[in-house]
Amino acid sequence: MLSIRNIVKQYAGHTALSGVSLEIESGQIFGLLGPNGAGKTSLIRIINQITAPDSGEVYFNGTKLNQQHIERIGYLPEERGLYKKMEIGEQMIYLARLKGLNRAEAIKRLKVWFAKLGMETWWKLKIEELSKGMQQKAQFVATVLHEPDLIILDEPFSGFDPVNAEIIKDEILALNKQGATILFSTHRMESVEELCHSIALLNLSQKILDGKVKDIRKSYRNSTYQIEYQGEKLYFDGNMPFTIIEENIGDEDSFKIKIKLNDGASANEVLQYLLPKTSVNLLQEVIPSMNEIFIEQVNLIR
Amino acid sequence: MDKILLIIQREYITRVRKKSFIVMIFVVPALILAMGYILSLVGKNSQEISNEQTIKVVDQSTFFAGKFQNIKNLKFETSLKALATLKQEASNDENLSLLVIHKNYNAKDSVEIFSKKKPLIIVLNEVEKQINQIASARNLLVRHIDPIVLQSIKSDITLNSIEITQTGDNKTNIAANVIISISCAILIYLSLFIYGAQVMRGVIEEKTSRIIEVIISSVKPFQLMLGKIIGVGLVGLTQFSAWIILSIISIKIAGHTLATTPGTIFGALQVLQTIHFGPILFYFLFYFLSGYLLYSALFAAVGSAVDSETETQQFMFPITLPLLFTYLLAVSVLFQAPDSPLAVWLSIIPFTAPVAMMVRIPFDPPIWQIALSMSLMVIGFLFTTYVAARIYRVGVLMYGKKASYKELMKWFFYKE
Repeated sequence: MLSIRNIVKQYAGHTALSGVSLEIESGQIFGLLGPNGAGKTSLIRIINQITAPDSGEVYFNGTKLNQQHIERIGYLPEERGLYKKMEIGEQMIYLARLKGLNRAEAIKRLKVWFAKLGMETWWKLKIEELSKGMQQKAQFVATVLHEPDLIILDEPFSGFDPVNAEIIKDEILALNKQGATILFSTHRMESVEELCHSIALLNLSQKILDGKVKDIRKSYRNSTYQIEYQGEKLYFDGNMPFTIIEENIGDEDSFKIKIKLNDGASANEVLQYLLPKTSVNLLQEVIPSMNEIFIEQVNLIR
Repeated sequence: MDKILLIIQREYITRVRKKSFIVMIFVVPALILAMGYILSLVGKNSQEISNEQTIKVVDQSTFFAGKFQNIKNLKFETSLKALATLKQEASNDENLSLLVIHKNYNAKDSVEIFSKKKPLIIVLNEVEKQINQIASARNLLVRHIDPIVLQSIKSDITLNSIEITQTGDNKTNIAANVIISISCAILIYLSLFIYGAQVMRGVIEEKTSRIIEVIISSVKPFQLMLGKIIGVGLVGLTQFSAWIILSIISIKIAGHTLATTPGTIFGALQVLQTIHFGPILFYFLFYFLSGYLLYSALFAAVGSAVDSETETQQFMFPITLPLLFTYLLAVSVLFQAPDSPLAVWLSIIPFTAPVAMMVRIPFDPPIWQIALSMSLMVIGFLFTTYVAARIYRVGVLMYGKKASYKELMKWFFYKE
């Protein structure tokens, strides 16, 4: 879908992107992560052809990015904004027409979207008459009205209350199911794990990590397990195949321990060791969350 | 191209629909009409005496009695009553004045007028005129000169200036040319500012509302800038057309009603009818459009460089300076010497030409100067648009950075 090759972008005095390459496959939900100032917005602006890179290329479905592709991309910037004094209906139609949709088609689709999101009565309202959350909803509709193949969302959930955030999340998933590729930039890690198939992590103008979420988390496995058992508190003699990282008292006579396997040991050996001594409620591998990976990676570079 | 049209359409429609725009269309001609009406009333009032007045003449010299001529609403009566009684009468009657002529009427302060209220200037003028006529006639007689002979050798000549042109001699009215010339300068000056500032405000609005990023992910910044400039320019043209049409209609109506009572305004209208409005209108539209394109591009660049309207000042100053300078010269000096080297130079330099050339146009400047000025205007606005576009494309995406001239230079040289 999108192939970003060796992008360099410099502004006077600082480098925003130094040789970033990414592959975003069609039909994916791709998360672009990174702390503030890592270069996410610069990269997104290049994909949107708002600015051009100093060197490097972007390919859209195999052809070099050009003006024609603008109509295939929908963009929701982090800093939201619409014409305050313009009626919503007219404004949505205007924005869709700028993306190449004709007026009749825009009206037709807008009616569908307004009905779906409960906005039918807003048509004649001016943006300044809406609440922040309502404005965000309107802007989301403006982003996807022309049914783009690639939807770029910069912090899509900021500014939404939990109910509306859920609605928007469902709409994003539905659009993805219909075939749209979604690139979203965020620092809310929960939504990354929940939504994204793949991610790339940018820090200090460089890509420091990318791949499928599952693979990345797997590669960060460190033989850590969570165990919950019931009965008497166990006292360990030192012959167990693991070391204890954390010990907690759970509720209703249960105890929780976090362990790290000794080299070469397996989860089965842990069970073999524990089963004669107590009744095990739970044994689960602890895979680091994206949040932990994110913080670890960013701190590593710093 | 389609997208520029879309942008033009939006910019135009949102402005034309505004109540303030519609109100302005009617208010300005109405104001002009009202002003004309008031002027005509003032003109009328100062020429006629509105209610009947009587002047009682107490003539101690006896040369004047019975020689005053009554005019409309002003009656002269010779009175032999005692001065005190007459004063008493005058103090009770607003429309009664008392003219006292002392025995030696040629001496200083020997003629006085008494009245309850301050007498009207026209009344004073009339009385003065008549007294002087009578006195001169009397003085001539004393020196044995026949007043009728004197009358016949007096002359009354007014200068009629006629210009020699290829099409034939042309009666010109210098005063009318000056009026046209100055009003064109004022109109161009004001409209360049008004519509230029509208462009700037539009750019700032897009920047502060942050919609700019959405728009320029759909169109190139240059398209957006051009669309906005053309859209606002069309709003200006619409406004002018509406004003011109409404003014013509109202002048026609006003001319009709005033035709029955000839006054100053009707006279002015007649004078205006001798001027060829076609060419003036053409040049006005050309200089408005080209000047507007030249300046609005710069205004757009300023708008793109700032985060709010309050920050625009440092950039506005150098832009407005040449215009303000020419405007001040135009209304004070240029129209008096429309062919002076200063006027010629100012009318050729694109930044000052819209105002300066409009001052000169009614005085028929040489064709080659007009042609040179017009071509330089076109080159000028192409140049400013190019410079502005380069600053604009970077500026609209810059937030929180205090822009300086150095910064603007840097933006200009940025690659895409």
